[in-house]
Amino acid sequence: MWSILANPHRFMAFSKWAIPISAAIGALLFAYGLWQGLFIVPTDEVQGGHIFRALFIHVPSAWLCMGLYVGLAVASFVWFIWRHELADIAARAIAPIGAAYTALCLATGSIWGKPTWGTWWLWDDPRMMSVLVLFFLFLGYMALRAALETRQKAARAGAILAMVGIINVPLIRVSVDIWASIHQGPSVIRAEGPAMDWIYLQPLLIGFVGQGLIVAALTLTLMRAEVFGQQADALMARRLAGD
Amino acid sequence: MSSASPLSSAFRQAFSEAWASGAGALLPLGFFAGTAVLVPFTLGSETEILARIGPGILWLALALASFVTLERVFQADLQDGALDLWVQEEASISLIALSKALAHWLVSGLPLVLLSPLLGLMLEVPADQTLPAMIAYGLGGLTFFLWGGVAAALSASVARGGLLIALIALPFYLPTVIFGTLALQDGLDSTPGLLLAASGLFALGVAPAAMGAALRLAAD
Repeated sequence: MWSILANPHRFMAFSKWAIPISAAIGALLFAYGLWQGLFIVPTDEVQGGHIFRALFIHVPSAWLCMGLYVGLAVASFVWFIWRHELADIAARAIAPIGAAYTALCLATGSIWGKPTWGTWWLWDDPRMMSVLVLFFLFLGYMALRAALETRQKAARAGAILAMVGIINVPLIRVSVDIWASIHQGPSVIRAEGPAMDWIYLQPLLIGFVGQGLIVAALTLTLMRAEVFGQQADALMARRLAGD
Repeated sequence: MSSASPLSSAFRQAFSEAWASGAGALLPLGFFAGTAVLVPFTLGSETEILARIGPGILWLALALASFVTLERVFQADLQDGALDLWVQEEASISLIALSKALAHWLVSGLPLVLLSPLLGLMLEVPADQTLPAMIAYGLGGLTFFLWGGVAAALSASVARGGLLIALIALPFYLPTVIFGTLALQDGLDSTPGLLLAASGLFALGVAPAAMGAALRLAAD
């Protein structure tokens, strides 16, 4: 399915429709999840009262920022092996979105942590540390791309960094895991099935799908903008050449 | 050039370069000592505080000192054309990069390890920990130089890449720093100690390939 979209013309034709559709459905699902989460579901006293409603932003953003880093690495790999222009455009588009979602995850986590755990930040928590490291990986990726002068070099160096980064993520994960943790264990994705009540899980998952669709629409929009930018550059170059 | 293989010549060149260029080996050494000496003034000089944080401070100083020379590891080769020659000779760039990283570790990393007992003494590191600490610093330092070498190779063609190298390399330093600190608390044969060795081996396997790919890109 993806190889069909590898053709830039087909990609442009596809994304032209895919962006508004996924943005609209995503916004709808996100709004539903948010409305359910903020106003409808009962308060959970164990998790510190109303503050637990941060869950409906915090958890999807945590899933998405990890997913986006995997996406960045996969796009980099595809570009590095097959030198497909669109893969690099995708990697370039994903990086700022991923950094923003990582920051969102850290911010909502801190806001949630202050009233429930009594602290904004804990250095010996594996999850916080891995997300923080993820944030620095995104920042390093963007800084490296920005520092190299040609597009081609930026794409190659960025791809190497993103790939080395993803094989390091398990190691980083292990390293922070052997520190003590106060973060709760996984309660949605686990072998015995979700521990969370369906009443919480349903708006969470719907909101997650909604945010995922919004992220997809954002990524495609940035990719389209990049393609248009390159077309404009090519036009300009032809005009300057006196054609 | 024809008699010596590119590999050994790269190693010897890196070695002599680091010794020859003024304060090559002394610069990171001075930086390492300076960082470690600043700490008692900023955090207080009580014996019990220093005994608790001493080994950690040396890890921090070692990580920071590795940045001092990293910027020049591959940039000089790019500027004087050595990198282009290696690419033309169809030598394995990955192995050359590995030998350069090892040479730099020998010149700027190992002296820090040899100095660490003295600084450890000043920072109240227990005497019976000196030898395991040196082994851990040596192993961790090697890992720093390997990952730092990847960052340095990636930013070889960036004019002032020092800060960029630090930003790129920091996430990769993290496992070594964590395992290293825990290994000094629990002993070298504990799980963190073994993981420290494992992360070093992992870097030894992965970093040369990444450095090679990045250098080939810089030579283009």
